[in-house]
Amino acid sequence: MALDFAKGITEFRWHGRGGQGVVTSNQMLGKAALAEGNYIQAFPEFGPERTGAPVRAFLRISKKPIQVYAQVYSPDIVVCIDPTLLDVVNPSEGLKEDGTLVLNTTMTPDEVRAKYGFKGGKVVTVNATSIAMEILGRPFYNMPTMAAAVKASGVVKIETVIEEVQERYPGKVGDLNKAAMERAVEEAKIG
Amino acid sequence: MTSVEKVPQDKITIEGLTGDAAIAHALKQSDVDVLAAYPITPQTIIVEDFQKFAADGEVQTRVIPVESEHSAMSACIGASAVGARVATASASAGLALMWEILYCAASMRMPIVFTVANRALSAPINIHNDHSDGMGMRDSGFIQLYCQSSQEAYDTTIMAFKLAEDHGVLLPVMVGIDGFILSHNVERVEMLPDDAVQKFLGVRVPVQPLDPKNPITMGPLALTDYYFEFKEQQDEAIWNVPKIYKQVEAEFKKMTGRSYGMFEEYKTKDAEIIILAMSTMGGTAKAVADVLREKGEKVGVIRLKMFRPFPAKEIAKAVSGAKAVMIFEKAMSFGAVTSPLAMEVKSALYDLEKKPMVVDFVVGLGGRDVPPTTFVEGYEKTKKYVEKGKAPLYETLGVRK
Repeated sequence: MALDFAKGITEFRWHGRGGQGVVTSNQMLGKAALAEGNYIQAFPEFGPERTGAPVRAFLRISKKPIQVYAQVYSPDIVVCIDPTLLDVVNPSEGLKEDGTLVLNTTMTPDEVRAKYGFKGGKVVTVNATSIAMEILGRPFYNMPTMAAAVKASGVVKIETVIEEVQERYPGKVGDLNKAAMERAVEEAKIG
Repeated sequence: MTSVEKVPQDKITIEGLTGDAAIAHALKQSDVDVLAAYPITPQTIIVEDFQKFAADGEVQTRVIPVESEHSAMSACIGASAVGARVATASASAGLALMWEILYCAASMRMPIVFTVANRALSAPINIHNDHSDGMGMRDSGFIQLYCQSSQEAYDTTIMAFKLAEDHGVLLPVMVGIDGFILSHNVERVEMLPDDAVQKFLGVRVPVQPLDPKNPITMGPLALTDYYFEFKEQQDEAIWNVPKIYKQVEAEFKKMTGRSYGMFEEYKTKDAEIIILAMSTMGGTAKAVADVLREKGEKVGVIRLKMFRPFPAKEIAKAVSGAKAVMIFEKAMSFGAVTSPLAMEVKSALYDLEKKPMVVDFVVGLGGRDVPPTTFVEGYEKTKKYVEKGKAPLYETLGVRK
């Protein structure tokens, strides 16, 4: 039987490419969780940052201080912000049976399940690329994808995350990201 | 000692900070007079953040962007000699380039705080964590304190100044955090108000500063006549550290409720096997102990924080009731009897009549992840060695052979 070294801890794994804001989104979600009174660890898979290369980031959220310092091997939630990675990595790898898979994609949850053979938990899909292009005018799809993940996971309130984003990006950029995130929450399909 | 008071909760700021950022904030609040540093991954954020504080006028510090780490430590010594509160930061190859001057800093009794994001040494080039840099400087005369969390990094950096500048010590202190694993990990940190830190530390009172009006020479030359006496005094000074460290921690605890000890003991009371590790691995070991305890295993953890001076008697006492000490460490000493941490522990146990077995695992070199499962693997091996009554002097785990 597998031993559970992360009791009481919600663990995230993020996939994206260098420059897409994986590390930033991960930290922002972490800081939102912190603002709600949690302990956190938010860290990237370390390496020289290379634009365009696949990168991963990890997040732990817990009501109690976190002692484990290692990568996340069996996440509760996997978030992939880059649709072009879906043929490169298997985002469901290691995901807990009752875990949640959140993808920026035009696929439906059923199509995703068929593609990766993921039977349990939840699959959440959102076309964050088109939302970002429509609202932000540029492919900054990390925030809307994060919003879909927040909706699906329920560990943090979406309002807290939006506050965190607006604090980091005050003014117009923050407002546009807020609009994109709210739209993603509405449009995300869970199946 | 100054009188400090408990800081009320509403004066405490809670922030998400990486280990590096936590140290930068601690340096800022410690009212450092001079910071001389050269950037190197993974400590870069410390100096970057601090430079920003300086550029924004948030600190009164003179930041000296030197051309190499050798110069960084040299500039620190010069500044410390005139009586300034001084800090620097480095890692790996940068720390190695400081080598010659590390010994000068300690021998000249300069209370410099040196924050290090511990990283592997070349070759091949590797930017990730292990303890080769810290173990390499272990005989330089620096006090060495290794931290598990961003909170501890913040707290320890502040306490390091008080420890270093105490007239019973007057030695430089290395504050170590695991490169990337902690240096780039955002955690919850409770920060003190500026005035509380300032009250706790006070202003440095130098014993014998350089002063143009009263010229003296420092550290010039001592041959067969006096060199040995200097070393004798230096040796005496470092053994004053445990006592002063306890006082500093007691005062810090009054203010914050937090203290760490020379090492942390976790579920060791009835433990048959005690895992001994430093820095973030000490944290993971505790999570492993929790899970193994649920399965009925009598396992405990010692997370060693102070490597220099090495608390030999205290460690010997803490592990004397166990069947085995299982060491997890991130450095090799090529060609030595065993690895650096195991050498210390074995020496510390030599005079015990009934000694626990010491089992040494070298793990995580060059940033190889050390997940809880690697600890379990080591634990199962240790149990077998205890049954057999014999263990290798050291071995590696998590490496392809």
